[in-house]
Amino acid sequence: MNLRTLMLGASTAALLCGFAHAETLTIATVNNGDMIRMQGLTDDFTTKNPDIQVEWVTLEENVLRERVTTDIATKGGQYDIVTIGNYEVPIWAKQGWLVALDGLGDDYDVDDLLPAIRGGLSLDGKLYAAPFYGESAMIMYRKDLFEKAGLTMPDSPTWEFIGEAARKITDRDADVNGICLRGKAGWGENMAFLTALDNSFGGRWFDENWQPQFDQPEWKASLQFYVDMMKDAGPQGASSNGFNENLTLFQQGKCGMWIDATVAASFVSNPNDSTVADKVGYAIFPDTGNGNHGHWLWSWNLAVPASSTKAEAAQKFISWATDKAYTELVASKEGWANVPPGTRTSLYKNAEYQKAAPFAAPTLAAMDAADITKPSVKPVPYTGGQFVAIPEFQSLGTTVGQLFSAVLAGQSSVDDALAQAQTIAVREMTRAGYIK
Amino acid sequence: MARAVSNRRKTIATIVAWLVALIIFFPILYTVLTSLKTEPEAIQGFSLVPSFTLESYVTVHTQRDYFKPFMNSVVLSLGSTLLALLVAVPAAWSMAFSPTRRTKDILLWMLSTKMMPAVAVLVPIYLIFRDFGLLDTRIGLTIMLTLINLPIVVWMLYTYFREIPGEILEAARMDGASLWGEIVYVLTPMAVPGIASTMLLNIILAWNEAFWTIRLTTTNAAPLTAFITSFSSPQGLFWAKLSAASTLAIAPILIMGWFSQKQLVRGLTFGAVK
Repeated sequence: MNLRTLMLGASTAALLCGFAHAETLTIATVNNGDMIRMQGLTDDFTTKNPDIQVEWVTLEENVLRERVTTDIATKGGQYDIVTIGNYEVPIWAKQGWLVALDGLGDDYDVDDLLPAIRGGLSLDGKLYAAPFYGESAMIMYRKDLFEKAGLTMPDSPTWEFIGEAARKITDRDADVNGICLRGKAGWGENMAFLTALDNSFGGRWFDENWQPQFDQPEWKASLQFYVDMMKDAGPQGASSNGFNENLTLFQQGKCGMWIDATVAASFVSNPNDSTVADKVGYAIFPDTGNGNHGHWLWSWNLAVPASSTKAEAAQKFISWATDKAYTELVASKEGWANVPPGTRTSLYKNAEYQKAAPFAAPTLAAMDAADITKPSVKPVPYTGGQFVAIPEFQSLGTTVGQLFSAVLAGQSSVDDALAQAQTIAVREMTRAGYIK
Repeated sequence: MARAVSNRRKTIATIVAWLVALIIFFPILYTVLTSLKTEPEAIQGFSLVPSFTLESYVTVHTQRDYFKPFMNSVVLSLGSTLLALLVAVPAAWSMAFSPTRRTKDILLWMLSTKMMPAVAVLVPIYLIFRDFGLLDTRIGLTIMLTLINLPIVVWMLYTYFREIPGEILEAARMDGASLWGEIVYVLTPMAVPGIASTMLLNIILAWNEAFWTIRLTTTNAAPLTAFITSFSSPQGLFWAKLSAASTLAIAPILIMGWFSQKQLVRGLTFGAVK
């Protein structure tokens, strides 16, 4: 056996040992554009960390929640990183289901995270998930239709103005609806918008004693306003429309205004998909003159379940995916307009991003205006802007959403729906032990 | 006159049969048509005229690996079917040819397990899989699919076996056939059409199972059902891509069903025509 053979054997053994020690991270995520982009860029991470391999599990949003909840609750250990919303993070952190992210590295700039987003992902001063992208809600409107109607969007529009403008620019013959809003039932669909709307009308889900507030005048005023406006200026079949349906309508020039997640701005301003890309203006979520702009705040975040045995490697990946360097990586490969928005202050100070993304300033304004610790002008016992951060909200929100969607479809009245919502909410909150 | 009435009846029956077939097949047809549309077209509303673009197939192919989940589907559906037959043939034989007072109760009890909502046992099953290290393994999922389809397999085989005269088996026994020989050399050849159709139906059921296959797998054992669900998106258009993924997932089983339809129909009507 000569030296060359010996060396070759030793190298092969070393290589095999290297592979044997390589850790594989299993990451559960949803099929959003930014997540798909991240999957495509994984090589950058594995090249820098050859001892870590990455496998992706992409699931439908609700299946992902159910799968991950089952796995974490039973300590199945199937996932090393999970993609979850800022609704789940505080609830799961309190349950001890998530690992505190204290191993993101010295270079990781935590202070650069937008304060509102960071606050929603922290418990007792510890970060339990790192934001991958974030969003608030704002008005996207057609500047050409506004000009034609002789309207000017104010810096801080009121709902009264929005209602009038929606009716004025509606042109059924030309297939233009004054406003498109979510109507599809679901806690993350119509109830996200209606909760933010009610916040801006001065309403709230629960008072300080967890008593449901659907019997209060604010809910009646906001729901009636929504239904009337949609009847006069909304698209046909609006009770089936969610984010995706309204996105299509707006991109095809069939909506004068669309009030929804800020992340939509990058879709409607993309000339490859949108026929109105160069005609879109942006404005802050309306209020009723009370300074409350709905407090909509959502982020998709990466977290490490307590059942993972690879927490250290998982935090390395999270640090890579949510750091400033990742933003620059995406920008270099796919352009600044495609970087994940809504998580870092530095991105909004970046001149190149501001140039590539005309919606950057209104997005930041919307996110800065959101305070999930004070969603209503009245005191509340919960946190959350367009949701209530309690475990019962998913089920309750969807049930109430079905009642309100039925009102929009003309199957019941505002009063009946509110009365039923109040009865159901009282029953559920009593059963869950919030109301003694 | 009688012939005219008979012909009219035949025509009506044919039209009704075609209508029913069209209604049943329509969701599959619409899925295929949607997969050939652009994303904005797909969400626009009802339309039977696609722009015949293949962009969704290209995206699906670029984004995800099709081969691994496809192979998992093949292994799981074939494996669970063979395992189910291995258990079900002797079980159905004993119930068909040596029934007791409790046989019918047992059969009904077996079928009643199918009436239980799967989600009700999700956590206990998940815990068992975790403790036995079966999560995300082909062997675990094969056992699971075998168990959930076993009642139907036993029931179908029991129905076919009941059509076979017991005297033939008795004659074999008198000629000195062992129990094994009786099942393998006498019963099985006579019940081939029934066993084949049971097999085919079980393969289809296992291929399409989407509750356990999504919930008990992550990356290694995930079949095509998990492949499909990965294309649903909360923010962004996805209907055309989802339809393309669904078409790719159902294509193999559709082709198999097309080529084996004679055996399938023969087996399914085996008891009725006797």
